[in-house]
Amino acid sequence: MDNLKQELKEKIIENLNLEDMNVADIDDNDVLFGDGLGLDSIDALELIVMLDKDYGIKIADPKKGKSIFESINTMAKFISENRN
Amino acid sequence: MKNCYINGVGSVSAQETSDYETFLENYKEITTNITTVCKPNYRDFIKPNRIRRMASGVKNGVVAAKIALTEANLDSPDAIITGTGMGCTIDSEKFLKNIVANDEQFLTPTSFIQSTHNTVGGQIALSLQCNAYNVTYVHNATSFETSIIDAMLMLNDDASKILVGAVDEIGKQTTEFYKEAKIVKPEEIIFKDGLLNSKTKGTSLSEGAHFFVLENEKTTNTYAKIKAVEIYDILEENKIEEKIHQFLKDNQLDIDTIDAVILGNNGNVEFDCIFNNLQNGIFKHTQQLYYKHLSGEYYTANGFGLYLASNILKNQEIPEIVKINHKENKSLKHILLYNQYRGEEHSFILLSSC
Repeated sequence: MDNLKQELKEKIIENLNLEDMNVADIDDNDVLFGDGLGLDSIDALELIVMLDKDYGIKIADPKKGKSIFESINTMAKFISENRN
Repeated sequence: MKNCYINGVGSVSAQETSDYETFLENYKEITTNITTVCKPNYRDFIKPNRIRRMASGVKNGVVAAKIALTEANLDSPDAIITGTGMGCTIDSEKFLKNIVANDEQFLTPTSFIQSTHNTVGGQIALSLQCNAYNVTYVHNATSFETSIIDAMLMLNDDASKILVGAVDEIGKQTTEFYKEAKIVKPEEIIFKDGLLNSKTKGTSLSEGAHFFVLENEKTTNTYAKIKAVEIYDILEENKIEEKIHQFLKDNQLDIDTIDAVILGNNGNVEFDCIFNNLQNGIFKHTQQLYYKHLSGEYYTANGFGLYLASNILKNQEIPEIVKINHKENKSLKHILLYNQYRGEEHSFILLSSC
């Protein structure tokens, strides 16, 4: 699980062009959207595509997106439970 | 036509033009055939949460626009008009490459959103929270001039303050295509005279962003007055002199009353002969200037030409580095810019001092 969390942080920084951040700046429990990391709706679309492309997971119910993408912990948990 | 004053100028180019307190004092000698801009400190102008999605052309455009607006002490213009020859090539290339690499699957939105031609105009409007008229013209080498014409028409109607500018950026893949098409010179360039006296095809490629605040009213920061702009997509070579004479006559001037002409020589032996014929012909006794040894060539490089002309008229001084010949000029009242790209897309811009 720790490897997956590390990998997710690296992918988020790269895919979302978070130029000034490095892995150590993101805590596993940091809120990703809004006041936390400051991600927005375009980033949400980028993350949905990333889950599909890199982990083979399609989010069938968009309403669940908010809880899945809450933090690195919630994302890692969802991926480990649903990856192919 | 109502008056059209240049009251603010912002430029990001291969030279340190974003430092608006200096004017070509410490110019960079360009000897490479592909040159990117001297990057300003983008974070001084753009919020960090916006900057991360912007490719260089978008950042350069926003910075140039903000410098021009600051100079003119203007918060929100009546219109934002942008010209671009190629648009946002970096994000266009990125999006198209993703389509191929991922077999048309898993396409992410960012590069698609940022790849449209109106991205620069849109980002400027977003940063200013400006909901006014916002248009981007894409007409190759007359994109910028078309934008100025639109701005002048609006100033003649209800608008009184307009932000108008031009942006083009270097994209890696597009540059490869240019190399294949021999639009870019394969060899290095000897600075200044090497480009001016080049005997080979192709040019020195670059990029840039230039924005201007145009207003009806003169201010303490006024650079110059734009008297007229004309463009011709197709113009037979033997008709150019005639068109220049007519253009000047329409504005109650003639060749003898032009204090300097700024030409768009870009080192391409195939088409610079058009400029050379004018240099040895109707402009033989006129102070001749050129700038593409400083700016490089791109579809909207004439934005650098207008930056140059505006500063010359404001300062009443011509930097030695842009002079082709040397004539005595007691005062500088009228400057004509003439540009063409590969024998087509001819433009005339006439400026007067204030």
